[in-house]
Amino acid sequence: MSNVKRLAMQGITKEYPGCKANDQVFLDIEHGEIHALLGENGAGKSTLMKMLYGVVKPDAGSIIWNGSPVSIDQPAIARGLGIGMVFQHFSLFETLTVTENIALVLGDQAGHLKTLAHRIKATSERYGMPLDPERRISSLSTGERQRVEIVRCLLLDLQLLILDEPTSVLTPQEVQDLFKTLKKLTKEGCSVLFISHKLHEVTELCDSATILRAGKVTGHCIPKNETSESIARMMVGDDIAISNECKRALGGDVFASIEGLSTQSIGQFDIALKNINLQVKQGEIVGIAGIAGNGQEELLKALSGEEIHRNSQAIKFAGQFVDQLSPLKRRRLGLAFVPEDRLGRGAVPDLDLCDNALLTSFDSGLVQNGFLKKSKIVQLADKIIKQYKVKTPGNHTSAASLSGGNLQKFIVGREIDQEPKFLLMSHPTWGVDIGAQVAIHDAILQLRDRGCAILIISEDLDELYKISDRLGAICDGSVSDFLVPEVLPLVKLGQWMAGDFGPSTEPKTATTAATKTVEIGATSHD
Amino acid sequence: MIKLTPRAQASAKWGYLSPVLAVFLTLIAATVLFWGLGKDPQLALYTFFISPIENWYGITELLVVAIPILLCAYGLALCYRASIWNIGAEGQLLLGAVVATTMALKFVDSDSLWAMPLVLLAGMVGGMLCSGISAFLNLRLNCNETLVTIMMNYIALNTLLWAVYGPLKDPSGYNFPESALFGDSSLLPILFEGTRLHFGLLLVILALVIVWVFMSKTFLGFQIKVLGLDKPAARMAGFKEKKLAAMVFLVSGALAGLAGAVIVTGSTGQLIPAISPGYGYSAIIVAFLGRLHPVGITLAGLLIALIFMGGEMSQMVLQLPRAITGILQGLILFFLLSCDVLIRYRIVFTVKLPGFTAAAKH
Repeated sequence: MSNVKRLAMQGITKEYPGCKANDQVFLDIEHGEIHALLGENGAGKSTLMKMLYGVVKPDAGSIIWNGSPVSIDQPAIARGLGIGMVFQHFSLFETLTVTENIALVLGDQAGHLKTLAHRIKATSERYGMPLDPERRISSLSTGERQRVEIVRCLLLDLQLLILDEPTSVLTPQEVQDLFKTLKKLTKEGCSVLFISHKLHEVTELCDSATILRAGKVTGHCIPKNETSESIARMMVGDDIAISNECKRALGGDVFASIEGLSTQSIGQFDIALKNINLQVKQGEIVGIAGIAGNGQEELLKALSGEEIHRNSQAIKFAGQFVDQLSPLKRRRLGLAFVPEDRLGRGAVPDLDLCDNALLTSFDSGLVQNGFLKKSKIVQLADKIIKQYKVKTPGNHTSAASLSGGNLQKFIVGREIDQEPKFLLMSHPTWGVDIGAQVAIHDAILQLRDRGCAILIISEDLDELYKISDRLGAICDGSVSDFLVPEVLPLVKLGQWMAGDFGPSTEPKTATTAATKTVEIGATSHD
Repeated sequence: MIKLTPRAQASAKWGYLSPVLAVFLTLIAATVLFWGLGKDPQLALYTFFISPIENWYGITELLVVAIPILLCAYGLALCYRASIWNIGAEGQLLLGAVVATTMALKFVDSDSLWAMPLVLLAGMVGGMLCSGISAFLNLRLNCNETLVTIMMNYIALNTLLWAVYGPLKDPSGYNFPESALFGDSSLLPILFEGTRLHFGLLLVILALVIVWVFMSKTFLGFQIKVLGLDKPAARMAGFKEKKLAAMVFLVSGALAGLAGAVIVTGSTGQLIPAISPGYGYSAIIVAFLGRLHPVGITLAGLLIALIFMGGEMSQMVLQLPRAITGILQGLILFFLLSCDVLIRYRIVFTVKLPGFTAAAKH
C-alpha cells in the first residue's frame, strides 16, 4: 500500500454558540487499521464524526480522502465515498424487515429488493454475523440490530466504518463476535474508526488512537503499549482522580425484598416481569446487569411506584408491603430514585437547578404550610452544586443547559442528600466522563457505608463489577441469582445476560468457581 | 424547500417581546384591512383603539368588559401551565351565570346580607360543575380534554337557552326570554357614581393576587408547573398527577363561573341569552398573550377588552361588520403563535438534492 493515508482531517474547527467543539483537530487514519477516537463526554468526538459523515459542516479545515481533498456536505456524499457510520442509537423501523430497513436508508443505491435480500444474506455470512433478511426488526436482539446497521454499511463499497460506542449495547460474547468481524474487515483493507469509553476494549482491539480533550487533540498513542489507566490520564488531564477504592460490604438486615413479582405486559414491546425474587440489604449494593429492554424499565417502575400493579403483594420495604403505595408514599418510606433519563424524568429541562433541587427534596424542610421557602431551596441547590462539583454558571441555570455528566452529578447529589434508606439507580454513570464517574461512585459507596440499601441497574459491566456487593443479571423479565462479583466469571454473567440461568455447563475450572460461588453466595444471603 | 430548524437556545428577551411584536403586527394588518374595506385607516384606528377610552367613562366601561375576561383567563392560565388544554371557559361562564341566577331569583324580595355571597358562590359551583364533568371525562375515561371542554360549551349554551326560555323565564316578562330582574341584595355595588364599574373589579384584583401567589410561591403551584413541563418528572417525583389536574380544572371552572355570576349580578342584572359575546373564548387568547403570567394576562385582558369595545364603536361609527372584533382577536393569536415559532426555530431555505430524503433520516 502506498503512503497515502485513507483519511486525513486537517485543522478542523467547529464552533457552536458558547463553545468551541473542535479546535484545530488533526486526525489521520491508515488503510486497514482500527483507529480509536478517545475522549470524555463533550470532548468533541461526536462533532468530529458528524463533520466526517456530512451531518455538520466544519467552520475551518480540510478533509483529505485517499489523498485528494473532498467536501462532504451530506451523508449521501459520505456514503458515496465509502464512509459508513453506525450511530450509538440505531435508526431502524421496528415494524419493517431487515431488507426494507436497509432499502429505505440506501435509497437508489439499494437496487432491486430481491437481489438486495441475497446481498444482505451473503455479506452478513461472509463477515460472520448471520442475518435473516426477512425478519422484522422488532424480533431482533440489540446485537442483531447492530448487525443490520453494520451490514447496511458493508453493502456499499466500504472503505471506512465509523462505530460510535458500539459495545455499550452488547453482551461480552457479542462484543467478541463484533471484534472478529472488525478484524476481518481490516484484513481486507477497510479502515475502522472506533469510538468507545471502554478503554480495555481499545487496548485489546485498536492499532492506534487519537485522544481529544475539550475539542483539542491532546495525544496519540499505540493502545497496545498503554494501560487503561495511562490512556485515561491522557483523556482527563492530570488533576482529576480516575480511580477509587471499593471495598465489598456484606450488608445488614434486608430492607427491600421482592418475592415472586410478576407483571403483565400491556403493549407489544413491553416486557412482562416473571417471578422476580430479589433482596437488597442495608449497607449493600446490588447490581443488575442486562441488555436494555429486558425488563429493567418495568422492574424500576414497579419498585418506584410509577407503575402500580393492582392486587400484587410482592414488594416489601422494611417489612411493609408497598405494592399499592403511590411513589410519594414510597419516597416517604425512604426510597430515592435516579432514573435512566436525566432530562425529562430525573430533571425538568426548562427549570433551573433550584427548582430541580426542589423536585424530589420537598420533604427536606423546603416547604412550609404549602409555601416554598425560597432561601432554603437556593441553599440546597448551592450545597449540591458545591459538594458534587457540578460545573454550572450558577444555580439559576436551566437543567437542559448542563452537560449530561454534570446534570447526573446534580441528580445523584439531590437524591443522596435526602439520606435515603433505599436508593434505586438506573445507569448511574451512563455517558458520564471519568472524573464525574469517580465522584458519583464515591458518593454511592459512602451512602452504602452509612447503611443505605442500593440497587443499581446498568449495562456497564465494568461499573457493576467495580461497585456491586452482589451482582446478577436480568433477561426477558427474569432475574438470575446474585453472587459476589469476585466469584462470578464474566463468561457466566454473559450467559445470564443472554437468558441462560441454568447450572453452569462450563469446563472444570469454571465449575469450581461456580461451586465456590454458591458457598459465598449462601453466606452472604444469611 | 423551507425547513424549520430548532435554535440552540430560545431567546428569553423575545419571549417577553413577542406579544408586543404580535400586537404591533396586528395593528399593521388592521390598517391594511381597514384600507381594503374602503375606510380611512387613520380614522378607523382612532375609532377602534383610541375613541373607546378617551374619557373616564370609557375607561370604566373598558374595565367592565375586562372583568369577566380576566377572571376566566387567570383560571385558564393555571390549566395551560399544567398542559391541560381547557377550552371550556365559555361554557363554565354560562353555566355559572345560570346557577347564579337560579340562586339570585330566590332573593328577589329579600334584603339578606347572605344573598350576594351565596349568588357568587352559586356561580362558582355552576362553573365547577361544568369543568368537573370535563375533568371526570378527561381523567377517569381518558377523553381528550380539548374536545370535551369544547363540547361542554355547547351543552352549557343550550342549558342557558333552555333556562331563559323555560324555568328561569320571568313570568311577568311579556314572554321575553329573560329572567326576572334581580333584587338589590343580589346586585353588585357600583364603585363610582355615574359609571357601571362594579365590585367585580375588586374580585379581579383579589383573583390576580391569589393566582399570582399560588403560581409562584406555593408548592402546589410548583407541582402544576412541573406537571405541565414534564409529566414523567412529575411522576418520578411522586406528584399526584390526577389530583393536581382535577384541581386546576375545578379552580378554572370556579373562576369562569364567578365571571358568569359577576356578569348577571354586575352588568345585566338579570339572565339574558346574550350575556357573553365569547368572553370565555377570548380569555384563551388573553392567557397566551399574557404568557400565562397573571400580570401579563391583566395587560392582555385590557387589550382584548379594548378590541371588544373598538369593534362595537366601529360598527356604529364606521358601519364595519361585527365580525371585525373576532378577526382582530384571531390576528393577534395568529401573529403571537407565529412569533413564538420563530423564537424556538429558525427558517432555513434548502435546495432539494437527489438522495436527500434518504440522508435526512440521520
